[in-house]
Amino acid sequence: MEILMCILGGSLFAAGIYLLLQRQLLRIILGTALVSHGAHLLILTMGKLNRGAPPVLSEGIEQYTDPLPQALILTSIVISFGVTSFLLVLAYRAYQKNKTDMMDQMRGTEDE
Amino acid sequence: MSNLVILPILIPLFFGALFIFFHNKLAVVRLMSMIALALSTAVAVFMIYEVFSRGSLILETGGWKAPYGIILIADKLSSLLILTTNIIALAACWYAGATLDEAREKHYFYTLFLILIAGVSGAFLTGDLFNLFVFFEVLLMASYGLIVLGATKVQLRESIKYVLLNLFSSMLFVTTVAFLYSVTGTVNMAQLAERVGAVEQKGVLTTIAILLFVVFATKGALFPLYFWLPKSYTAPPPVISALFGALLTKVGIYSILRVFSLIFVYKLETTHTFFVILAGFTLVFGVIGALSTHNVKLIIAYNIIPAIGFMILGIGTFSAESLAGTIYYLVHDMIIKAALFFLAGILVYVAGTSDLRQMGGYIKKYPLVGWMFFIAALVLAGIPPFSGFIGKLLLLKSAFEEQHYMVAAIGLGCSLLILLSIMRIFIMAFWGEQKEGKEMRLKPGMVIPPLALLGISVFLGIGAEWVYPHIQSIADGLADPSQYINEVLKAR
Repeated sequence: MEILMCILGGSLFAAGIYLLLQRQLLRIILGTALVSHGAHLLILTMGKLNRGAPPVLSEGIEQYTDPLPQALILTSIVISFGVTSFLLVLAYRAYQKNKTDMMDQMRGTEDE
Repeated sequence: MSNLVILPILIPLFFGALFIFFHNKLAVVRLMSMIALALSTAVAVFMIYEVFSRGSLILETGGWKAPYGIILIADKLSSLLILTTNIIALAACWYAGATLDEAREKHYFYTLFLILIAGVSGAFLTGDLFNLFVFFEVLLMASYGLIVLGATKVQLRESIKYVLLNLFSSMLFVTTVAFLYSVTGTVNMAQLAERVGAVEQKGVLTTIAILLFVVFATKGALFPLYFWLPKSYTAPPPVISALFGALLTKVGIYSILRVFSLIFVYKLETTHTFFVILAGFTLVFGVIGALSTHNVKLIIAYNIIPAIGFMILGIGTFSAESLAGTIYYLVHDMIIKAALFFLAGILVYVAGTSDLRQMGGYIKKYPLVGWMFFIAALVLAGIPPFSGFIGKLLLLKSAFEEQHYMVAAIGLGCSLLILLSIMRIFIMAFWGEQKEGKEMRLKPGMVIPPLALLGISVFLGIGAEWVYPHIQSIADGLADPSQYINEVLKAR
């Protein structure tokens, strides 16, 4: 199961980075979303995937899920959700002002 | 247990949130943000006194003991940086009131500004790697707001790149924390430091260390990850550039300093030698950038990069003396970069352009600004007896002692070129023929903040006899992390 999750996370990263290298702004933003999904999956996987047990440890309990990755992933999801929505608004405004959504036309060299 | 530790985060955060409710009443907001920052500066002064006389202050949030809960720790390094941050914030707050246009101020400038300060303070204080990520996000979110505030064409264009780059490196940070957690089973920095020694497969750890370094190097603008910095830092108004230049990259450097003196110190010949090589490149490319342009703001922004190079050289050399040099240089650079951005802001304000070729002869009309700029240039380049010299002396001396001759020589050469790049502004803008143009009136809020920061800078240089032993004691603490580990984990 862990191996499967790792492969999934890796493919998300690969797809995300491919999209990040595109020229169109919207694709780049989707790329960052994919990369963050990959990162979140990795956090979950790193705590070892156990099933059928609550994240509670008390005396006499042998099997439990690690609660820490769940806390980390929650924080991280909220943050990347906020940043992605901000980025979408920002991209829209930049598109309106600069009249383009192509990164290679947004270089901003002095002689433009 | 000491609740004092959380105050430098809480005070700005509280006031920043409060301002949302009456952001249109500028007089009140300006006054209250000054009060808030003065309050948190007072706390910082008290904290630094406590820390130096009685040892680190530790807050275990929610009463959870050290490795299980999140801890905030004010050791000597953190409390020094908190104080510096608050002083710069105080100066920037005054300068903002005098220079920013009302529309920007009304649109939540002070809220974003104070939350930025809260985030920076939090990053300095936290003792937990994941929490460091969270505070990075807090300060980055505030900085996204600040960099795009005003929404001009240039700002929008540059902030997109800034946000994308930081978002990606944040995701890399999360991934690295996940890897580190799976290898060591903890995210508490002190416990990480303890457990790293016990891990058998060092190869995995070194990979993680370099990944983490890439993350911090992106935030701190090291070669080859500095390309985003100059243009995005010059897009917003000067007070925001000053805050970014003085605080944001330095948080990256602080993180490198903390992580690579506490946790990843088991294989110095790989990681830290790598730093020294990168330091050489960072120095050279930063200086070339600074010499390549006629834009005043860009010259100052490019000058951030070689300063980062000097600090990373100190971390890479990794002796007690070079760490002291790094800390000295870090504090010096935070203050002088803020002052220089303030002065560049005045220059752009009086000239109406940031192009050096259209300036000239301002020394007659604005003698005070001219001489301040001259002193700032000397401080930046490290001319004795100013503060830049002490830091550089320690850094280069220890680099020679540890046989990094090549990079130390590059550092010496680059110091001269830094002086040239900054003197070029002085010569072209203040000397020469007086350019036409109406005389602008300078408000006291424009002149006093850089003057005060310069005063501190000069004091750091001339008062080195008194300051240096304290800095050396911080560096000794960093060179021997067992003290930090014991302080955090003593409760067990």
